[in-house]
Amino acid sequence: MKRSTIDLWVGIFVAIGIACVVFLSLKVANLTPQSADSTYVLTADFDNIGGLKIKAPVKSSGVVVGRVTNVELDTQRYVAHVTMALDRHYQFSRDTSAEILTSGLLGEQYVGLTEGGDPDTLKPGDRITITSSALVLEQLISKFMLSFAEKGDSNSGKNASAAQ
Amino acid sequence: MLDFLISPLRKLGHTSINAIWRLGYASRFLISILMYSGQSLMRFSLVIREVYFAGVLSLIIIIVSGLFVGMVLGLQGYNTLARFGSSDALGALVALSLLRELGPVLAALLFASRSGSAMTAEIGLMKTTEQLDAMSVMAVNPVARVVAPRFWAGVISMPVLAALFNVMGIFGGYLVGVVMIGLDAGTYWSQMNNAVDLHFDVVNGLIKSLVFGIAVTLIAVFEGYDATPTAAGVSSATTRTVVTSALVILALDFVLTAFMF
Amino acid sequence: MPSDFFIELRNVSFAYDRRLILKNINLRIPRGQLVAIMGGSGSGKTTLLRLISGQFRPQQGEVLVDGKDVAKMGHAELFAHRRRMGMLFQFGALFTDLSVFDNVAFPLREHTDLPESMIRDLVLMKLNAVGLFGTQELMPAELSGGMARRVALARAIALDPALMLYDEPFTGLDPISLGVIALLIKKLNDALGTSAIMVTHDVHKSLDIVDHVYFVANGEVIAEGTPEQVRAAASPWVQQFVRGEADGPVHFAYPANRGLTDDLGVEGGGHA
Repeated sequence: MKRSTIDLWVGIFVAIGIACVVFLSLKVANLTPQSADSTYVLTADFDNIGGLKIKAPVKSSGVVVGRVTNVELDTQRYVAHVTMALDRHYQFSRDTSAEILTSGLLGEQYVGLTEGGDPDTLKPGDRITITSSALVLEQLISKFMLSFAEKGDSNSGKNASAAQ
Repeated sequence: MLDFLISPLRKLGHTSINAIWRLGYASRFLISILMYSGQSLMRFSLVIREVYFAGVLSLIIIIVSGLFVGMVLGLQGYNTLARFGSSDALGALVALSLLRELGPVLAALLFASRSGSAMTAEIGLMKTTEQLDAMSVMAVNPVARVVAPRFWAGVISMPVLAALFNVMGIFGGYLVGVVMIGLDAGTYWSQMNNAVDLHFDVVNGLIKSLVFGIAVTLIAVFEGYDATPTAAGVSSATTRTVVTSALVILALDFVLTAFMF
Repeated sequence: MPSDFFIELRNVSFAYDRRLILKNINLRIPRGQLVAIMGGSGSGKTTLLRLISGQFRPQQGEVLVDGKDVAKMGHAELFAHRRRMGMLFQFGALFTDLSVFDNVAFPLREHTDLPESMIRDLVLMKLNAVGLFGTQELMPAELSGGMARRVALARAIALDPALMLYDEPFTGLDPISLGVIALLIKKLNDALGTSAIMVTHDVHKSLDIVDHVYFVANGEVIAEGTPEQVRAAASPWVQQFVRGEADGPVHFAYPANRGLTDDLGVEGGGHA
């Protein structure tokens, strides 16, 4: 086998390798080059974030507009302090509300933004003040059970009074 | 009566000592490969030649098996996902299972049996026919001239082959899921995009395949260099390469997975 | 004080896995001479060559090459020693993945910085010297046994060595190829003035071309002399070797502890 033929084939081989890695990065992993220039930061405080993770999407009307970049506990007020990086193309009014939602019944959790009516927009670094916490399934169930039990109690009270 | 007990124990002891001795010998061998690598990397044409034999000639088997593994994943995954009404997630399932596990592991297993065994047989045969002796008598270090270029060629080829296997597998899943079964092409790719993380899945998978490449090639060149210089010795060394590589790949995969994911 | 002897072995002993292969060997090879070491299979002849090339180190004694002890050489010295040495292996040991040209060019490319055009000229000269000009594009697999041996010889002399070692150069060759190799060895030795050691068990061809013969048996030198002296020697061992008789001082039968009769149970009713 000629040296130049081998060189050519190995060149093709390495090119295939690079092409595959590029394909995996761009097409499969959807690597969108996100520099600090194309995003701006907003924060929001929640009483309970449930299972929200870093890198969870931030959506508005179902469209992904950014990602959660940091989650930490504010030890003075004991609320969850969530930092988000939002796409510069999307601006939100100052009275925008943020809530933590779940995609599907058992899906991942994300931050949902609902636009308000204020003509002024949020500046980078601003805090979203109107927030509502994640729905925690256990709390939901126990609330439901409690109300059910109360209803049962009043029912049995009625029955008891009727028996008398 | 006591012999009945002692002789199997003695055999066990002998086997364990032997295994540990070989492990130590292999580590020393790796160190000497690394020591002499400078010389062979300076003459990179030697490595290129071996990349041709180890990597380029494995392309066909990697492409074909990648495609088929992806197609099987598509078929099986679809049947299972459809039962839970989430057949949309097929793209994510195919991509994640390939990138994290199947791609690196299967590509490494194929590489061990295609190129690893060839390396062992080649070096073993060079030893049997006194070519390695001839080299060292000519004041040329056989580790630098024969072993190190093959080692680096294997380390270079393995991630490339694994990446190619992944791409072919994803394409195979696409063929079955989208072209054959008729899922939406956009859903296939977007589900995949949402589920796959560049660093967590793609890069970790490539790191895995790099580690497998080092392990498989080291085993292959070591078994060849250490082979008993007879026809029977070379053939049993070749068998050992394939068997040991397979076990080491699976064991390393477990360890790496435990650390990474 | 460089002595007249290019190679000198003094009281050399060598054991392999506790099995003693060479016992107290004394050997001297003068400059420019072709010396044969003869002996039966397994008598330690090849081990002797490996001691001289520095692949093995003796447990006892000194192996002096040009006045320097091979066993005490460092890494760099040993490589320098090997660069001045050529070795022809039993079956040639050509690199099967390289062409004939690249095989002969191998030592030149590894050890010199000569330009490719000069390497080409040298390789073709060496191939011409062994009568194989025109084979440079062939692969070793396409050569006959005798031709492969000649290419290996061309490779061994590529760097014009001061010392040549031949390990069984005649094994497995037809009589014509054997004659060609013997002639080449003799011719090259005379032309280049190298000192050479040939390990062989082909008596007749070797006695025609060598200057001196050592006989080795059971790890010891048992006879030596010029070819004429050897032919006339009275030693029954040498006579048996030279004439190729089946039985003599070297026994036909392996020295087993038990006789055949014991195992067959013919005598004394061994089996109850």
